Amino acid sequence: MDAESIKLIAIAFTIGIGAIAPAVSIGSIASKAVEALGRNPEAESSIRTAMILGLAFAEAIAIYALVVALILKFT
Amino acid sequence: MPEISIKAETLFYIGTFAVKNSMVLSSLVFIFFVFLGISYYKESKKDEKSGLYYTLNLVLRSLYELFGSIVHDKIDVFFPLLSAFFLWILLQNWSGLLPGVGSIMLKVPANVVHGTILKEGAHELNTENLEKEKVQTSHEEIKSIPLLRGNNADLNATLALAIISVAMIQVYGIQFLGFKTYISKFFNFKDPIYFVLGILEIVSEISKVVSFAFRLFGNIFAGEVLLTIVAFLVPVLASFPFIILEVFVGFVQALVFSMLTSVFLSLSVSHH
Repeated sequence: MDAESIKLIAIAFTIGIGAIAPAVSIGSIASKAVEALGRNPEAESSIRTAMILGLAFAEAIAIYALVVALILKFT
Repeated sequence: MPEISIKAETLFYIGTFAVKNSMVLSSLVFIFFVFLGISYYKESKKDEKSGLYYTLNLVLRSLYELFGSIVHDKIDVFFPLLSAFFLWILLQNWSGLLPGVGSIMLKVPANVVHGTILKEGAHELNTENLEKEKVQTSHEEIKSIPLLRGNNADLNATLALAIISVAMIQVYGIQFLGFKTYISKFFNFKDPIYFVLGILEIVSEISKVVSFAFRLFGNIFAGEVLLTIVAFLVPVLASFPFIILEVFVGFVQALVFSMLTSVFLSLSVSHH
C-alpha cells in the first residue's frame, strides 16, 4: 500500500470512529429530554434550551474529528 | 471536485501585511456592526423611535434575561462582553451564508496565494537568485480564489475570540476576588493535593482556548464544506435545506460560545 491510500484509509477511520461516541451521546441526550418532556410538559422551553446546548457540546466532539479529517484531506 | 482550502487565502499585500479573503468580509461586517450600533444609539435619544430600535431592543432584552439567569446580579458588568460576543459571532456566521460569499472568484497569481512573494523580496540583492526567480515568475500560474470567506471559517479569527474570552475570564476573576485569592486557584503550596489541582486548573484554562476555537471553527468550516459539496453533487435546490440547517447551526454556535463564556465567568468570580 502506498502513502496516498493509507492517508485515505486514515481519513475514513478518523471520522468513522470519531462519530461513534457523539452519536451515542446525542441519542441519549435526546431520549432523556423526551422523557423529561413526557413527565413535565410545561417545562418545554427550558428543556429545549438545555437539550440544544447539550447537543451542541456532544456534536463538538464529532466536529473535532471532522476538522482533523478535513485537515488530513485538504493539506 | 471544487478546491477547498483550510487556510484563508491571501488576496494581496499592503507592504508586508497579507490581506486575506476572510478579512474582507469581516471588515464589511464590522462596518455594518458599527453602523447598527450608532443608529441604535441615535434612535434611543429620539422621542419617536423607529422599528429598528424596537427590534434591537427586543433582541438585547432577551439576551439580558438569558445571561441574567446564569450570572445573576453581576449581569450589568458582564452584559456588554457577552452580548457583543453573541451578536458578533451571529453576524459573522450568517454573513458567511450570503449569496456571493465563496462564489465570487478573483484571479490572483499563485505566488501571492502561497505567500512566496515575500521570499522573493528577500533575495533581491542576490543577482543570481533574482534571475532564477524571474525565470520562475515569467510563466507563473494564475489561481482563482474566492473574494469573500466567512470570518469564522478562518482559525485565526476564532482563536482570537477564544483568547479574548479566556483572558477576560481571568481579568474578571482577579477584579472580583482580588489577585491573591484568584491566583491561589493555580499556585497553592500549602497542600500537595491543592498543588496538583492547581496544575490541572492551568491545563483546563489552556484547553478552554483550544475547545472554544475549534468548536466554532469546526462547525462553520464544516458547514461551508458541506454546502460546497452538496452544490457540487446536486446543482439545483438540494442545498436549500442545508442552508436552513447552517442558519440554525450559526445561531446555536453563537449561543453556545456566549453561554459557555458566561458560565465560566460566573464560576471564576464566585468564592470557593
